[in-house]
Amino acid sequence: MKEFWIYIVKETLHILRDRKSLGIMLGIPIMQIFLFGFALTTEVKNSQIAILDNSKDLATRTIIEKFEANRYFEVNKSLKSISDIEKAFKSGKIKLAIVFQNNFRDNLLHSNKAQIQLISDASDPNTGTTVVNYATSIINDYQNQLTQQANLPYQIKVENRMLYNPQLLSSYTFVPGVMGMILLLICAMMTSVTIVREKELNTMEVLLVSPFNPYLFIMSKAVPYVVLSLINVTSILYFSKILFDIPINGSLLLIYFESFLFISVAVSFGLMVSNVTSSQQIAMSLSQVGLMMPTLLLSGFLFPRENMPLPMQLISNIVPTTWFIIIIKGIMIKGLGLQMLWKETLIMLLMLVFFLFISFKKFSIRLK
Amino acid sequence: MSEKVLITKNLTKKFGDFVAVDNISFDLEKGEIFGFLGANGAGKTTAMKMLIGISKPTSGSATVAGFDIYKQTELVKSNIGYMSQKFSLYDDLTVIENIRFFAGIYGLSDKEIKEKSDILIEKLEMKSEINTLVASLPLGWKQKLSFSIAIVHNPKIVFLDEPTGGVDPASRRLFWDLIYEAAHNGTTVFVTTHYMDEAEYCNRVSIMVDGRIEALDSPFNLKKQFKVNSIDEVFHQLARKATRQAD
Amino acid sequence: MNAINVENITMTYNKGKVKALNGVSFSVKKGEIFGLIGPDGAGKTSLFRILTTLLLADSGYAEVAGFDVVRDMKSIRKIVGYMPGKFSLYQDLTVEENLKFFATIFKTTVKENYHLIKEIYVQIEPFKDRRAGKLSGGMKQKLALCCALIHKPEVLFLDEPTTGVDPVSRKEFWSMLRNLKKEGISILVSTPYMDEANLCDNIALIKDGNILTVNTPNGIVESYKEKLYSIKSQNMYQLILDLRSYEETKKCFAFGESLHVTFKNDLVDLELLNNKLKSNGHENIEITEITPSIEDCFLALED
Repeated sequence: MKEFWIYIVKETLHILRDRKSLGIMLGIPIMQIFLFGFALTTEVKNSQIAILDNSKDLATRTIIEKFEANRYFEVNKSLKSISDIEKAFKSGKIKLAIVFQNNFRDNLLHSNKAQIQLISDASDPNTGTTVVNYATSIINDYQNQLTQQANLPYQIKVENRMLYNPQLLSSYTFVPGVMGMILLLICAMMTSVTIVREKELNTMEVLLVSPFNPYLFIMSKAVPYVVLSLINVTSILYFSKILFDIPINGSLLLIYFESFLFISVAVSFGLMVSNVTSSQQIAMSLSQVGLMMPTLLLSGFLFPRENMPLPMQLISNIVPTTWFIIIIKGIMIKGLGLQMLWKETLIMLLMLVFFLFISFKKFSIRLK
Repeated sequence: MSEKVLITKNLTKKFGDFVAVDNISFDLEKGEIFGFLGANGAGKTTAMKMLIGISKPTSGSATVAGFDIYKQTELVKSNIGYMSQKFSLYDDLTVIENIRFFAGIYGLSDKEIKEKSDILIEKLEMKSEINTLVASLPLGWKQKLSFSIAIVHNPKIVFLDEPTGGVDPASRRLFWDLIYEAAHNGTTVFVTTHYMDEAEYCNRVSIMVDGRIEALDSPFNLKKQFKVNSIDEVFHQLARKATRQAD
Repeated sequence: MNAINVENITMTYNKGKVKALNGVSFSVKKGEIFGLIGPDGAGKTSLFRILTTLLLADSGYAEVAGFDVVRDMKSIRKIVGYMPGKFSLYQDLTVEENLKFFATIFKTTVKENYHLIKEIYVQIEPFKDRRAGKLSGGMKQKLALCCALIHKPEVLFLDEPTTGVDPVSRKEFWSMLRNLKKEGISILVSTPYMDEANLCDNIALIKDGNILTVNTPNGIVESYKEKLYSIKSQNMYQLILDLRSYEETKKCFAFGESLHVTFKNDLVDLELLNNKLKSNGHENIEITEITPSIEDCFLALED
């Protein structure tokens, strides 16, 4: 046990002594949250919208005025029929179309119920959902105003339709995505060089000619990075909450548990890479190509998996981040518990066992 | 009086309060082989950096190959040769590519490069190896090649920084043959080395201790003066007096 | 029992294309300093790695302290100290942290064997809070030696410990080795510096994977059969050319301030040679018969 402890102390010292890298590791997550968060809100500003007003009454006009007055929206054109909607989207200019039903005001005043349909371009899911959220809040605002004035329970039913990406249910997909990417970046990439570095600096040669325990040694390399990553999980959650008011609907404990599992998967992947390569450079690129690229492109972080061709979707199944993003989305947005996510959790667990097995097996007790 | 190729006078380099090189003065003549010895931290490297024009002295003066090391550093650099054990040739280029590259750096014309490389390859008996990657040459060959390249532009003086480490005795001898030949042809050779027996090949040696030159003479005279049998023992007698911690 | 036995070890790289060791055999007696002397690329490091169980030889047998280097890997790793050629401690850890770390992995403490390293450690102790990467060459080497000694090894393997280290530190290092010998530790040390041969009890000269000879330093010098002359004149370069073209000359090498020359016939007429050189314009000619150095022996043995 004392041996394991001194290994951990040593690894921690390596990390603490390299102040620059440590700063980057702790700073990147915060920077990413800022970047994605602000990029989205600016993206949403001045969004062009199209309106199909089948009712053309006082209520619809008031709502349209509210949209016109809002800095996030700019009413681009009025449409004449349903068939125009598709055309407007294809022209690529508009992000959202608002459709008022016939006799909107009449329905609202007489049956207390009226319907608005919001059709958004969700091929870019982050913008799509954000636009819809803003639009919904404007409509809700109007509804509350009415309700207060008349003291009647008016209800405007907002119906969402996501064009090009109908399965998308949640907004703020970027938080789970950023989390997955950051944890991967730190865990896999940083650990992927730790064992190779010992080979390159020749320290491995001395360690091998000693009664050291390779398993403890490999495990000890993981520990400080796991701790560091849990700190990052905290800072990502904290900043997305206070800056962008991103909801956490499910159990925080479960988020930490799943993050811990994912971190372990990433670390064990890094260790595996480190064990099978001979230079830091190769290890870096291998973990980059092996994990970073698939995470960015395939995990559903930047591009929805539903839109991918089938072979890509199949490949995305072996990317650990895919499962992590599903889990975190499930917990944060939908408030799901473990009983709904056990399958994804099990998949990550199996990946962990696989990577660790290869790491231990590939650790060479002699020089090559 | 013979031609002076290198003249230093009270050359000093300070880093803050620390005097790395302390008032060194010596002259080198054309065709002389000069051994520049000293323990780690004695100031050898700092002194050499000033002489090859990559570090500015704090005070004192020096001319190298006839040029002032303060004002004419570019001329100094193009009129000297330099070879270091750490960096000399590109491992991933072939023998001929290395020769062409370095000859090109010194501004030789295409015709001169062609002539020079033919002579050089002939002399080193490397005809069958011209298209071999330098990485796969034996160490002894690499060193001979890199020395020959360092003097390809006929510099007045060539600086050799620890040139012969780790090479087998026979290759080392062949290397010294080249140095003797270069000196015979009028190139002054300035060499730093850790091999004390190698110091004995030089016409004159200087021994630096704590930034100062504590001894400068021919190996024969130094041994006589210190009443010992080898330069190694002279070196130890002087280096023992060092107060500066080597780091 | 010998500290090390090496029998007919052969080792190749690149699927047999590069021969690193070619049927090497020798033994190191308990408690002696044995020097493996040869240039870079002679196979010294490969041999060290085979003996420290880091590499497997293609064929042959070797044992360290009675343990088979292949079968008893674990036992050997507990009882040997190893200092590789390249500096191999943690550069970002301090002197003290390195020492503690290595003590722990050898399941001992710095205190337990402090007497063994004391003489060396006191020299670097003033810098114990300095990072190992910031030490000078000589101090790094002392720290590496301390780390290799901390578990009181039976056999110490030092691969080129003095390469690139200045002459003063080299001398200090050898005096440390002699003190360790007094503690009963057997030492196998490799070096490219021929002049360090005389500091060993026994030496093996090695070149291109072949052992040229194994003997005591004196034994090697005594077995030099030819007469060796030191020849000087005022113009060394001309002297080399003249002596090499002289028909009686067998070999002529520059050797410090003189040339070392052997002749085809030991009864060569030195008077005649002297006159011949004089007529070629040489002045201050000195011809003396000398005792060969280890380096002369190496040059004679390598072909």
